[in-house]
Amino acid sequence: MIRTHVLICGGTGCTSSGSKAIQEAFRDAIEKNGLSEEIKIVQTGCFGLCALGPVVIIHPDGTFYSRVTANDVPEIVSEHLLKGRIVERLVYNDTGSDEPVEGNVSLNDTAFYKTQNRVVLRNCGVINPENIDEYIAMDGYAALGKVLTEMTPEEVIKVITDSGLRGRGGGGFPTGRKWALTAPNKAPQKYVVCNADEGDPGAFMDRSVLEGDPHTVIEAMAIAGYAIGATEGYVYVRAEYPIAVARLQIAIEQAREYGLLGKNIFNSGFDFDLHIRLGAGAFVCGEETALMTSIEGNRGEPRPRPPYPAVKGLYQSPTVENNVETFANVPQIILRGAEWFASMGTEKSKGTKVFALGGKIKHTGLVEIPMGTTLREIIEDIGGGIPNGKKFKAAQTGGPSGGCIPASLIDTPVDYDNLIAIGCMMGSGGLIVMDEDTCMVDMAKFFLEFTVDESCGKCTPCRVGTKRLLEKLDKITKGNGTLKDIDELEELCYYIKNNSLCGLGQTAPNPVLSTLKFFRDEYIAHVVDKKCPAGVCKDLLQFTIDAEKCKGCTKCARNCPVGAISGAVKQPHVIHQDKCIKCGACLANCNFGAIKKG
Amino acid sequence: MKTLAELQAIRDKMHDKVALRSDSGEKRVVVGMATCGIAAGARPVLNAFVEGVNAAGLAGSITVTQTGCIGLCQYEPIVEVFEAGKDKVTYVKMTADKVARVIEEHLKGGKPVVDYTIGNGQA
Repeated sequence: MIRTHVLICGGTGCTSSGSKAIQEAFRDAIEKNGLSEEIKIVQTGCFGLCALGPVVIIHPDGTFYSRVTANDVPEIVSEHLLKGRIVERLVYNDTGSDEPVEGNVSLNDTAFYKTQNRVVLRNCGVINPENIDEYIAMDGYAALGKVLTEMTPEEVIKVITDSGLRGRGGGGFPTGRKWALTAPNKAPQKYVVCNADEGDPGAFMDRSVLEGDPHTVIEAMAIAGYAIGATEGYVYVRAEYPIAVARLQIAIEQAREYGLLGKNIFNSGFDFDLHIRLGAGAFVCGEETALMTSIEGNRGEPRPRPPYPAVKGLYQSPTVENNVETFANVPQIILRGAEWFASMGTEKSKGTKVFALGGKIKHTGLVEIPMGTTLREIIEDIGGGIPNGKKFKAAQTGGPSGGCIPASLIDTPVDYDNLIAIGCMMGSGGLIVMDEDTCMVDMAKFFLEFTVDESCGKCTPCRVGTKRLLEKLDKITKGNGTLKDIDELEELCYYIKNNSLCGLGQTAPNPVLSTLKFFRDEYIAHVVDKKCPAGVCKDLLQFTIDAEKCKGCTKCARNCPVGAISGAVKQPHVIHQDKCIKCGACLANCNFGAIKKG
Repeated sequence: MKTLAELQAIRDKMHDKVALRSDSGEKRVVVGMATCGIAAGARPVLNAFVEGVNAAGLAGSITVTQTGCIGLCQYEPIVEVFEAGKDKVTYVKMTADKVARVIEEHLKGGKPVVDYTIGNGQA
């Protein structure tokens, strides 16, 4: 009889930090101790605290071990699993001190998890994603059963509409309305498409859902198919998500075997089946029309709308396309009701949102919080704050299509409309935290480099416009800009926004516009004072040695990788600016504070 | 699978197996499993509790787990039962045979088996 479950994270993050080896080590040690009949090893999806991976959770105690290595495993087995003594040095400690915690700390008691409300991620890190029975144990496919046996398609659409669910891919279009617009259109074949082409740098919400709970997406797509009268669906997922693709494939096969996909599901006469299409990683293919063009086998380029996909989508047929996270909400809404879902969140943004926390933050990882949670709670309470005692400067939401929220607006409740009101956007959920050492002009330039690379080239405003934007930003960061450049930059931004064909171009200038709005003084410092206040833009930077403070210890000269520092022992040293590559090694190595940057 | 009843059957079969992973146990049965406990026979006691609780269909509400040395080595195997709002009950010198009565009378019936507790008869 099994008394203990050992949950080992098999998400992409923990897999790359060695969780496969840990699984093997547990298997060996458990066998060696004769515990195979009592202890079960379960590989799960992402727990969310990727910064502390590989992560192992022991149930029923809920003990949360972080940064486990294969060498730690024999100790965990002989101490904890055999004798019930918790290995305290490995227990995740969220108090911030280096001392090991005493006793048992359950995952649910940590600050990182306490404030979260897991709807989309409810099964991630709890069930084995490769076992359909475990999904069914968590009420899986009960929503599909309910829909097919008790509800009409109109009733399904009404529940989704009443719940207030909006598209989680970034746009925030009401999901119920999208379904309602597609349902009445008559066609021999309609389609349901799942957009799993998650392309924002630093975003991995959809990947984690597919890796941790693939059946929930399959179930929701079948529900959407019933609601709009479609019998076929496609999941468009990027090929660089191999674990997600493999688990989704396994899940589809299991669902077919159980008759939960295929002909006459639950004897209702409803047929539905799914196909996977792999994307090659083009950012533009996350745009709905480009994605459908790519599924059709053509080059991924957007097409003008209207006609909207509800009328002419995939293969010129009426199509509903939703994002992974949007779908993951659907079965729970059907089971628990529209009122339950609408009770979470703010007036116009219901439910929860998953964010991928990244950048200058302690707990890099995945969090799910009710809409309307303030940025301060996300960063300080859940994210554990900024490391190394640095000050919070801004957070970028929505990746290259979004904007930044400055420190002055840290108490903004995060929902669709509040973010748009401050010139930002929700985006798909990437949240990149920046500290005082980040140059906002450089940050905008980084995202522009990305959009220039990813522009498909079909329309001129995006193809040429983003390139010109990048050139101007480059000029400013090199110290060659003028105030006129800043004005032209702004004008060009609006031109691109208003004239581009698809979402990629229409949102590409957002990082520039929002940094201009909140950090215009930094742009001005770059062009007028020729200074980079954050000390990032190398062309505006100079390292010098204060002759009075320099003791002539020679440490800087020894650590300079290009030999740009000279001076005799016990004599003040000098940096030769023509050779200096501004790497900062001298600054990091000086014990006397004699190196000045600026 | 063609009916909701079939789906429900899989759900019921699997539910107790994953219930272990939820924190919702209203009662906790903790078996002392330090060296002294193991030497005195705590393993069969622990396994008897796990099997008995599952057989009684209580896996969703009762958590069976183990702990280190409780500190009364001469009374091992020791089993403690925790329930919110009630005093802890400590059973001493447990055996696998005694487990059935604890499950029946205490965990199901709500009345501690005084015969087995510390300070009564056994200690």
